[in-house]
Amino acid sequence: MAYLDHAATTPILASALDAYVQTAREVGNASSLHGPGRCARKRVEESRERIAAALGARPSEVIFTGGGTESDNLAVKGIFWARRRQGFKRVLASAVEHHAVMDAVQWLADHEGAEVTWLPVDEVGRVMPFEVDDDVALVTVMWANNEVGTLQPIDEIVAAAGGVPVHTDAVQAVGHVPVNFSASGVSALTITGHKLGGPQGVGALLLGRDVECTPLLHGGGQERDVRSGTLDVPAIVAFATAVEHVVKQQQHELERLSRLRDELIKRVIEVIPEAILNGDPQDRLATNAHFSFPGCEGDALLLLLDAQQISVSTGSACNAGVAQPSHVLLAMGADPVTARSSLRFTLGHTSSADDIDALVAALPGAVERARRAGISR
Amino acid sequence: MSGGVDSAVAAARAVDAGFDVTGVHLALARNPASHRTGARGCCTIEDSRDARRAADVLGIPFYVWDMAERFHEDVIEDFVSEYAAGRTPNPCLRCNEKIKFSAVLDRALALGFDAVVTGHHARLIDGQLRRSVDSAKDQSYVLAVLTRQQLDGSVFPLGDSTKEQVRAEAAQRGLGVADKPDSHDICFIADGDTQKFLRERLGEAPGDIVDAASGEVLGKHDGAYGFTIGQRKGLALTRPAPDGRPRYVLSITPVSNIVTVGSAACLNVSTVEGVKTVWTGGPRPDGPIECEVQVRAHGRPIPAVVSVEDDRMSVHLRQPERGIAAGQAVVAYQRDLVLGSATITRAS
Repeated sequence: MAYLDHAATTPILASALDAYVQTAREVGNASSLHGPGRCARKRVEESRERIAAALGARPSEVIFTGGGTESDNLAVKGIFWARRRQGFKRVLASAVEHHAVMDAVQWLADHEGAEVTWLPVDEVGRVMPFEVDDDVALVTVMWANNEVGTLQPIDEIVAAAGGVPVHTDAVQAVGHVPVNFSASGVSALTITGHKLGGPQGVGALLLGRDVECTPLLHGGGQERDVRSGTLDVPAIVAFATAVEHVVKQQQHELERLSRLRDELIKRVIEVIPEAILNGDPQDRLATNAHFSFPGCEGDALLLLLDAQQISVSTGSACNAGVAQPSHVLLAMGADPVTARSSLRFTLGHTSSADDIDALVAALPGAVERARRAGISR
Repeated sequence: MSGGVDSAVAAARAVDAGFDVTGVHLALARNPASHRTGARGCCTIEDSRDARRAADVLGIPFYVWDMAERFHEDVIEDFVSEYAAGRTPNPCLRCNEKIKFSAVLDRALALGFDAVVTGHHARLIDGQLRRSVDSAKDQSYVLAVLTRQQLDGSVFPLGDSTKEQVRAEAAQRGLGVADKPDSHDICFIADGDTQKFLRERLGEAPGDIVDAASGEVLGKHDGAYGFTIGQRKGLALTRPAPDGRPRYVLSITPVSNIVTVGSAACLNVSTVEGVKTVWTGGPRPDGPIECEVQVRAHGRPIPAVVSVEDDRMSVHLRQPERGIAAGQAVVAYQRDLVLGSATITRAS
């Protein structure tokens, strides 16, 4: 068994799981005024402080949500709505955003009168230099791409935005590269638990204190009146435990996983010389290796590797399981057939050389069979 | 795995038989949006979920294979152009021939699988196709187009069971699809309105309705594809026949766009010609043989004399049969054994 899909979800850290189970045994709604309520509130606020400290934010800037998709939607829609009241109506978004951002932006265009400029990327998936006109409500560019692993030049993007709020989806970045909210200059930053060893279904939006954001969810106003809903205390505690852990381990893991990733790339190309590495060869996540295998269909490779207990991803969005060519690869200039011939291998805290041995042993046979099957129409 | 009860139980039986089974659901709707919101039939999102859930229960891997382009070209476009040519196609048969036991089978074999298992109600015994024991659910007719090679890569685990037994087994195995209703309609025609579907694709093409005996023009039609051989209703003829008896569609001539009608007696045919002959039920006969034939999906077997020469099949019916349409298959049987099939080109 080789799990090479950490970018989809990574195993929960033992310390996070312990924290979860321990907290889940306690009763208490963090909004209640009695003793158990105060205890739950204390756990939430401690968690908020730990996350803030780990990511260079102030505690009040941490808004807990139900995960990355909700954080992305809250930032994109909420900031757009707030800024629209002041007459700003344009959204600038990179062409390689995760669907949680891309579809939220498209929804604003379709239903809320937003004008959208999709920022083009170069052939490695890096956003090209752009200018910001005076009608822009929001710029949103991810920190690291979830499919091909390319890191975006957040400093340059913030500089180009020239004071316009910038949101960045940093779901794939935290724990893998240094992320400092206040130093980055972004107004909003999305993180999620399950990509860094925390539980699924919990995330946060780091939102600058002075950034206006209209809520998506109305109700008890639990999170700064920007997000309502009873807080999932055990998940939040486990999430904070995981964030703290991965940030502390980040440099060490970066070195270990970069070596492992380089080894993976080298050995994949050794056994499949036609394989093409996608994404930025240098400025990429230490955990990501993304290839096109000419003549193969990514779906066929996935099936064949899965049958040998090797878990990988085509990295593309699924509609009812029907793979569409990845918008990321298309934006990078790939043709649809090449886009469909792609496979993503992503590493994480449990990855070892054994995983790469298993992959490299299984890959030639899988590629040969997938080539025989060809590209289906 | 369509998401229905038959393919779920077929998969279960294949697992029990010791095969290493992978569940595959075919996405056949070309537009992913229609896949999402769903036509009824075989490719709605709900069907895909039902299939996935059945695979979960059986503990087998499950994937969706996108065959929408192939299906569009080989089944839907064929369906429309056959109607445009005055013939009456059977899309399920075409789907078996071109998709399930061709595109899917080829891909499966290339990927290292040994066979395609389906929930069709038919039996394969020593490589020979036979009717299901459940004559009401028998699907050997729509499988009779399969070649020797295609049959060699096929497994039909349900042929020894009735539909009721299959449903009971599904319930006993804890498969949620046990009481899911049977699908009846053409899966790619969401509302079941074939005429509307054809009209949208072929447009209106007005022409004459002509009496077979007198050659007299009896009325007008909006498109010859709206008619099927043997059809009686919907002719909207203003004048009654001289003998006062009902009239039926006898033939459709696409080029001149004429629909010919006549009396019931004129519908009776005793000679059927076919092409694209496939013969899998034993050695190809070198002379005429006595057997039975079936000329439509839920038709009864008719005693006949069948001869085969190269690609062609000639059939002499021992009893005249009504309403035989070009484009349908003629399938030759020896009791429950499928001998062979051909696509009907002419009946007289």
